[in-house]
Amino acid sequence: MKQGKGLLEVKGLRVAVAGNEILKGVDLTIRDGEVHAIMGPNGSGKSTLAQVLAGHPAYTVLAGTAKYEGKDLLDMKPEERARAGVFLAFQYPVEIRGITNSYFLRSALNALRRERGEAELDPIDFLQFLEQKLRAIGWDDSMMNRPVNEGFSGGEKKRNEILQLAVLEPRLAILDETDSGLDIDALKTVAETVNKLRAPNRSFLIVTHYQRLLNYITPDVVHVLADGRIVKSGGPELAHELEAKGYDWLRDAAMVS
Amino acid sequence: MVAVERLVGAYNTWATNGASEVPEWLKDMRSGAIARFESLGFPNMKQEAWRFTSVAPIAEGSFEQAKPPARIPTLEEIRPFLLLEAGYRLVFVDGFFQRALSTPFFDDVQSLAHVVTHRQDLVRQHLGKYAATEDRPFSALNTAFVNDGAFVHVPAKATIAEPIQLLFLASGKPAVTHPRNLVVLDREARASIVETYASLSHGAYWTNSVTEIVVGEAARVDYHRVQRESPGAYHVAATQTHQGRDSTVNLHMVAFGAALARHDIGAVLAGPGGRLILNGLYLLASQQHADHHTTIDHAADHCESHEYFNGVLDDKSRGVFTGRIIVRPGAQKTDSKQTNNNLLLSTDAHADSQPQLEIYADDVKCTHGSTVGPLDPRALFYLRSRGIGEHEAQQLLTYGFAAEILGRMEVAPLRAQLDGIVRGRLAEQ
Repeated sequence: MKQGKGLLEVKGLRVAVAGNEILKGVDLTIRDGEVHAIMGPNGSGKSTLAQVLAGHPAYTVLAGTAKYEGKDLLDMKPEERARAGVFLAFQYPVEIRGITNSYFLRSALNALRRERGEAELDPIDFLQFLEQKLRAIGWDDSMMNRPVNEGFSGGEKKRNEILQLAVLEPRLAILDETDSGLDIDALKTVAETVNKLRAPNRSFLIVTHYQRLLNYITPDVVHVLADGRIVKSGGPELAHELEAKGYDWLRDAAMVS
Repeated sequence: MVAVERLVGAYNTWATNGASEVPEWLKDMRSGAIARFESLGFPNMKQEAWRFTSVAPIAEGSFEQAKPPARIPTLEEIRPFLLLEAGYRLVFVDGFFQRALSTPFFDDVQSLAHVVTHRQDLVRQHLGKYAATEDRPFSALNTAFVNDGAFVHVPAKATIAEPIQLLFLASGKPAVTHPRNLVVLDREARASIVETYASLSHGAYWTNSVTEIVVGEAARVDYHRVQRESPGAYHVAATQTHQGRDSTVNLHMVAFGAALARHDIGAVLAGPGGRLILNGLYLLASQQHADHHTTIDHAADHCESHEYFNGVLDDKSRGVFTGRIIVRPGAQKTDSKQTNNNLLLSTDAHADSQPQLEIYADDVKCTHGSTVGPLDPRALFYLRSRGIGEHEAQQLLTYGFAAEILGRMEVAPLRAQLDGIVRGRLAEQ
């Protein structure tokens, strides 16, 4: 692992939802340009970690800190986190009636540009910008004039999340089970796009239940989350070990500790 | 009762005076209708169709029969209410046709009062044949006072390229008007029409309109209705379509105005292969009350109907939606879909939504669904997680409710105009 200050530094994070403690003390440091994977069995708290970092209001932070670029991330509203460069690709993207994808993306991009003191893009400039982005990732504009996620297939919804990632250019991209529900072709498409978006000033936190996504996106670090704690961290080879051995041996380890 | 007697008295005076220069059949229609109104009286909330809407403010109000306006507005004054620049238009003030402000087209886009004598056979063939009056006191009252309104006729295979505008303006005086409109499209004809109700000044007046739309075989009409009455106004209306085989009717109903509004919308799919879109939006605030009562009658096989109504309700407003769908015996292969979504922006706002399906055929596809609730917190978080501030996210989601309906309108400049009105309304909230 590289040395230096982390882009994201999580220490002793304990989080509850509806009175149940889900995260029981998570420590995690992600540096610029790194790709981290969080794996773990269902119910281990993976999605909770992803959502709490994005600021979902349903979660209560009981203890611990999360610093992003040295600032207190947990004190920021969801929109402030997004404007500072945090992006969450949702496990279950939400349908927005009546708002086209293109209108939604422009509203989001302009919110970010205002924060950076840049001029807002009008519809025509935005379309040009969008075409560049679509070309760069090799996608067409067929989803742009449809209402956000409405009537999208599971694969289209996940692709749409990655498209937003490409347009909003975050510094920290959190992918919450982006691979679940995708067939192998869709999975490859999503993985290839994520690989194109890897950059020295962009870090990824990839939450996944399965190892197969990591066949296409090679992480720098793999963490195993079990029962609300990170019980093991290692290199990409750890993902293969988990695929072969399952999670049970780690869950038992977590229980003992 | 007093109100009924007063209206009958006003009818008797009117029928023996200025309204006597019409054909006998029309006089008979009027006298039959006033008798019907007199026996029905005003509806009350014990009646199923009026469970959620009290018309007491109308029955207890003292609305005189409207007189010709003392002053005719200028074109500049009415321009804000014209949603489109081009195309034919018929303008009425307090129910009276304003030739100087209108651009009629021979006897095909004309005032009804004119064509009652000039195209008597066509008018007689259709007028009053579609809008029910037996159990509809307001339509009966309108028929009793039938005098003027818009008449549109599109001959077979003709297309009128630009939308035709029918503009009904109120001066704001506390009077009642009974606009009566008749639209006839012969076979394979095509037109788009915009019927607008608005007011030149604030006032507590009463509009009681009826519109009948007859669509021949393989004809198509895109019909838009924009209700932007004064905030103190009472608006009661019936729109009835009757469509022949393989025809297409796209109805777009937008209601922003009036203190109390009741709109009965009926559609009869009378020939096989007909296609209907009934697309509606009500945007209410303060103490506005709007009641939409829709009846789609699948009287023939292989027809489809798609009904979408969205309501956005703020403050102490109330929205009522009743969606009745009838599939007659033999109307096989009917494909009917109905949705009504209500967004409550305030805890004091209220919506009632009732689907009523009556299906008498066995090989049909009918679905319906309705929702009533506040903004979806998941959607709010989704937008905020993309950098959109909380207030802007709320506005965007609210706008989406309206935009979903406006998005189905195919006349782009009209859609853009209505989009602007919706944005203006939502910005006030």
